[in-house]
Amino acid sequence: MLNRRTLLKLSGAAPLWAAAQDRHGPAGDTAALRPAIWDVHCHIANPATATPEDRMAGLVRHMDRLGISRAVLSLGNPILADPTPQQLRDTNDQVMRALARWPERAFGYVYVNPNHVEFSLQEMDRCVRDGPMTGIKLWIARHCNDPALDPLIERAAQLRVPVLQHTWMKAGGNEPGESTPYDILELAVRHPNATLIAAHIGGDWERGIRIVRPAKNIVMDTAGFDPTAGVVEMAVRELGAERIVYGSDAGGRSFASQLGKVMGAEIPETARRLILAGNLRRIMTPILKAKGDRA
Amino acid sequence: MIVDVNVTLSRWPFRRLAGDDPAGLAARLRKRDVVQAWAGSFDGILHKDMAGVNSRLARDCRNYGAGMLVPFGTVNPKLPDWQDDLRRCQEEHKMPGIRLYPNYHGYDLKDPLFRELLAAAAKRGFIVQIAARMEDERTQHPLLRVPNVDLGPLADALASEPRARVVVLNWSPGPRPGAAQKLTGAGEVYFDFSSLEGTGGLGRFIQQIPPQRVLFGSNFPLFYFESAFLKVQESGLTEEQRAAVLAQNARKLVPAGAAPARPRPAGS
Repeated sequence: MLNRRTLLKLSGAAPLWAAAQDRHGPAGDTAALRPAIWDVHCHIANPATATPEDRMAGLVRHMDRLGISRAVLSLGNPILADPTPQQLRDTNDQVMRALARWPERAFGYVYVNPNHVEFSLQEMDRCVRDGPMTGIKLWIARHCNDPALDPLIERAAQLRVPVLQHTWMKAGGNEPGESTPYDILELAVRHPNATLIAAHIGGDWERGIRIVRPAKNIVMDTAGFDPTAGVVEMAVRELGAERIVYGSDAGGRSFASQLGKVMGAEIPETARRLILAGNLRRIMTPILKAKGDRA
Repeated sequence: MIVDVNVTLSRWPFRRLAGDDPAGLAARLRKRDVVQAWAGSFDGILHKDMAGVNSRLARDCRNYGAGMLVPFGTVNPKLPDWQDDLRRCQEEHKMPGIRLYPNYHGYDLKDPLFRELLAAAAKRGFIVQIAARMEDERTQHPLLRVPNVDLGPLADALASEPRARVVVLNWSPGPRPGAAQKLTGAGEVYFDFSSLEGTGGLGRFIQQIPPQRVLFGSNFPLFYFESAFLKVQESGLTEEQRAAVLAQNARKLVPAGAAPARPRPAGS
């Protein structure tokens, strides 16, 4: 958790940390001592009338205030549950425009749709193999335990990139095609060489953590649900700190509300640093190396 | 220096929390530079012996935190003789306000009982905190699913009770832009931002309603304290706004020393 000294600083004008924590951000005299923060789960959907570059500029402004150095982007505007091939291409183009403008602040995950497998494979080649992107994003077009996903996950494993898969368990019932942690567990068992990121810790995190616990190739992100106390502590206890990554679901969510889960958790500092950036850096190291990115 | 208008003592029914004992809560708040915390009780959500709930709350606030914890008793107007709970909150426990959980207690803000309670509380000079929700409906226990409180009718209630001072807790604007403006225009209504979301959401919110109506509330220990706190940082508030939100606005409602509520004459 934040200590009193940090909070007193925060009560004044000083930022949480300097604008960026690692060498990719603005330099600071003690930057090396501060934990890096990479956010695995961000979207550039709003405002709809702005360019992708400007939407990202809006995120960067808020990231700087909290010391978030890198944001993983997926999904431009509009956010579509079951996009057509053309819509996939358009949304991925938006993300690549933001990456081109902000190469040192953003990563990109290519949005694919298992209802259009062949086109999605082409998009993975265009955006990851031959482009700047470093991961795969899947949302709610189809339950992720569906065999239709297999070629996409196999390709992700070949490219050595992570797959960010939406997962929720809603008290009132999920949307059609909306995956649960049970679904991603099945997928993980079928693809032991793929690294899967279960977004939102399954929403109902006390169940989600237990469900995915056996699959070591699933990590979970902290994005997009209430900052309920205890979630990170339970995840560290049950999964190990190496299987948790910080994410926010910005801009729909506040960077701050979601970062507070990690900063407020009563866990060892070594675990906090892994969650804030260390784990994501490790997961993406193969593809970053392949692209010559020294992050 | 922080005044947190939204903390809660005792135990959340569905999980143990770091800080769900009064000593632990006070210590954690102190460490975070909180100088005053308006404290309700989780017991008030489901218990029926509300007099017992409020007595324990008052006792814990006296015994822990060296004056930091300010008790806000729970009143459930669906319980028999709730008026005596209200009376005890003032006359016995010297509380400055009360906290309501309409969704858990089974009434909405159109209910005549709510109007009656609001009037009685206003007459006594109480600050009335309304918890719009406690947690995301999607993650509630399957056997205890309660909808968010519809705050729309509050505007009418305030129109008929101009003395009322209301603090809305855990509110999320959802799909109703303009709802907060309508309420602040209808009466003396304040909001915490523990459940306010969206990147830079607090910064936008403070431009939509009078800044003096925004109070720091964390919903600690149910939520991580840092989540609310970092929103202040994220939103790029001016120094003046930051000081107002973190403490000054709340201090105007409950000064240091936690003065108990005093009866408010009609028209005040």
